[in-house]
Amino acid sequence: MSKRIVIDPVTRIEGHAKISIFMDDAGNVADAEFHVVEFRGFEKFCEGRPYTEMPGITQRICGICPISHTLASAKAGDALMSVNIPPAADKLRRLLNLGQFIQSHALSFFHLSAPDFLLGWDTPPAQRNVFGIINSNADLARAGIRLRQFGQEIIEVLAGKKVHPAWAVPGGVRSSLTPEGRAKIKAWLPEAYATTKVALDLFKKTLQSHKAEVQIFGNFPSLFMGLTTPDGTWEHHGSKLRFTDSSGSIIADQVDVANYKEYIGESVQNASYLKSPYYLSLGFPDGIYRVGPLARLNIAEQMGVPQADEELKKFKKLGRGAVTSSFLYHYARLIEILAAIEYTERYMDDPELSSSYLRADAGINSLTGVGASEAPRGTLFHDYTVDREGLLQKVNLIVATGQNNLAMNQTVAQIARHYIRGNNVSEAMLNRVEHGIRCYDPCLSCSTHAVGQMPLHVQLVAPDGQVINEVMRG
Amino acid sequence: MAAKTLTIDGKQISAEEGASVLQAASEAGITIPTLCHLEGVYDVGACRLCLIEVKGIPKLLPACTTKVAEGMEVSTDSERLRKYRRMTLELLFAERNHVCAVCVANGHCELQTLAYSLGMDHVRYDYNFPKWGVDTTHRLFGMDHNRCILCARCVRTCWHVEGAGTKNVAGRGSKSKIISDLNQPWGHSESCTECGKCVMSCPTGALFRKGSTVGESERDRTKLEFIVTAREKKQWNA
Repeated sequence: MSKRIVIDPVTRIEGHAKISIFMDDAGNVADAEFHVVEFRGFEKFCEGRPYTEMPGITQRICGICPISHTLASAKAGDALMSVNIPPAADKLRRLLNLGQFIQSHALSFFHLSAPDFLLGWDTPPAQRNVFGIINSNADLARAGIRLRQFGQEIIEVLAGKKVHPAWAVPGGVRSSLTPEGRAKIKAWLPEAYATTKVALDLFKKTLQSHKAEVQIFGNFPSLFMGLTTPDGTWEHHGSKLRFTDSSGSIIADQVDVANYKEYIGESVQNASYLKSPYYLSLGFPDGIYRVGPLARLNIAEQMGVPQADEELKKFKKLGRGAVTSSFLYHYARLIEILAAIEYTERYMDDPELSSSYLRADAGINSLTGVGASEAPRGTLFHDYTVDREGLLQKVNLIVATGQNNLAMNQTVAQIARHYIRGNNVSEAMLNRVEHGIRCYDPCLSCSTHAVGQMPLHVQLVAPDGQVINEVMRG
Repeated sequence: MAAKTLTIDGKQISAEEGASVLQAASEAGITIPTLCHLEGVYDVGACRLCLIEVKGIPKLLPACTTKVAEGMEVSTDSERLRKYRRMTLELLFAERNHVCAVCVANGHCELQTLAYSLGMDHVRYDYNFPKWGVDTTHRLFGMDHNRCILCARCVRTCWHVEGAGTKNVAGRGSKSKIISDLNQPWGHSESCTECGKCVMSCPTGALFRKGSTVGESERDRTKLEFIVTAREKKQWNA
C-alpha cells in the first residue's frame, strides 16, 4: 500500500530513528509516528547464559546508562537467589545509581537539550550543539561538562571504571567505598551544588520565554509511574511502584515490582522495534503512561532532602494535580540532580559504606526473578526465568524509553500539528519535532545530537499513503 | 644423563638429554609463547603457539614436544613464526564464542594475554558462532564450551595430577568437546572428586567457579606445580 512502511534496520548502533507524519486531505497533520529502527536482540541471545553474567552482559545495551542495567540485572539476580543483600551493599548500589543520575541528567541537559532552548530553535544545526554553548557561554559549558564528570567519578570511585564496570553482582557488590574515594567525592560537592543552582536558575528563566513550548511540547494527560517509598518519598533504587493519573490521584500504590505484569501490558507495532508498554486495565493505547524525571516528581510527595524539596514545591505549582508538559522533563531532571547530590552528601558521613560485608551467597532459590531500578530515563525492569542450574530460559527487559514510546508518539504529533501546514518541512520545524523526543532523553538520541545531527528521517505521507515530502539528516 | 649443546636465538645453551626445547629455552631465560603447556603435566603439542624454526628442518616444530639434540640451531622469533602464531590465535578466536568483555576470566585469561602480546588487533577469519552450551550442573563449578580452546589441560590435570580421570575429549576436529565421564552432565559424574584442579588449570574462562562474575576467575597455577613437585620430588616448596 505504501512505500513508507518497509523499513530495514539500516544500522545497529544507537541513535537511529524515523518519524512519519500523516497528512489529511486538507493538508493538515492527521497523525505522527515515531519509529526506532534499531534491532538489538539482547533478550534472545542472553538465553542459555548463567544469570551471574547478566549484570555484565546487559549493561552493554547502553554506554550512557550501563549502571541502570547492571543494577536492575543484579536485583533480578538477588530475586533468583531469594536473598536480602547486606545493607552496605544496598547503600553502595544506591550511591552508584546517584552517580549515574548526575552524569546522565547533566549530559541530557547541558550537552543534548540546552543547545535548543539556550541558542534558539532556528540556530543553524552546525552551531546548535555543545560547541555552540562553549562559544556562547564557555563557563556554563565547562561547568556542565564537569558536573557530568562528577557523576562519572562517583561511578569510577566505587566500581573501578566509568563505563561498563563489573561491580554490582547478584547478591551484592564487589567492593566498598575507600577513604580516598570518599575524600574525592566530598571535595567535588560544593562545585556540583553551584553548577546545579546555575542550571536551575537558567531553566527557570528559560520557562519565562518558552511558554508556548510548555503548552505544545507533549502537554497532554497521561498516567505517571515510578518507584516510591511507602510514605511517597522520591525513590531511585528499591521500594515499590506507584501509578498516578494526570489529576495527581494515586491509582495504584506500593505495587511489588515482581507483579508488574498485572499492571503493565506490552504492545508491539509493526512500524518500530520499540515495544509500547501500557497500563493494563486501561488497555492499549488508552493506558498511556510516562516514566522518568517528570513522572517520578509527579508521583513523589517529597524528595526527602531539603533543597530538592524546596524545588519540588515550586515544580508542583506548574501543574494542576500533575505537571503534564513533557517540556518540563528538563526542569524535573535538574531537581533530580540536586536531590542526587544531597543524597550523595548524606552518604559521605555514613561509615557503613566502608563495610567489607558486601555479598550474599546463595544458589538458585526461585526460577523467576524481577529486578527494577529507576534509570535516569525511567523505571527499568529486568525479568528473568532460569532453570534449576541458573541458566536463563527467558529474558524480558522493559526499558524506560519503551514505556515513554506512546507519549513520544503523542508529543511528536502534537508538535507536528502545531508547526506543519501544507507540504513544506523546514529544518527548524524538524528540530522542534526532534526536541519533542529529546525531552524524554531517550537512549537513541544520546550519541548523535552532540555533534549537531540526530540521524532523523521525517516523511510527510498523504492520505493515499504516498510520500509527498521527506527530509533526511545524518 | 648426558648434556646436549644447542643454540637458541644465537645463544649457546646446554640442556639435559630428553629435555624439550621449551624447557631448555625457559632455563636460559628465553620466553616462547605457550597455551596448552602447563607446568606439572606432560605436553601434547595441541595449541601450536610454541612453534619454532630448527635449522635444516623445513617445517615448524612445537617447542614443547621437540627434544633437544646436539648441535641443534633453534630460532624462537621470526617474521614467519609471528605470522603463524597470530594466525593460530585468530583461528582459536574464530572457532568458538570468545566475548572477553563479559567473561569470568577477563583480565586473567591466557588466550587474551597472548592476543595482546602478539599484537592481534583483529580477526581476519569469519567467526563460526557455533551453538555450544554451558554446563552448570555441578555443585561448585561450571563449564562453558563456548570459551574452550581444547587445550586439554583439564583432562591431563584430572588424569595425572588428581588421578580421577573424569575429564575426557569426545568428538573430532572443531566439534571436539570436553566431557565428564561418558558424556554426562558434570553434576552427575560419579568419578569427579570436586577437587577443582581442572578449574585451576584452565587458561580461559571455560571452567569457572559457579557464581563468578566478570573478571573474577583468577587462578593459582602454582598449586598444581606444588602438588606435582611434592609428589615427584618429595619437596613441599610453598
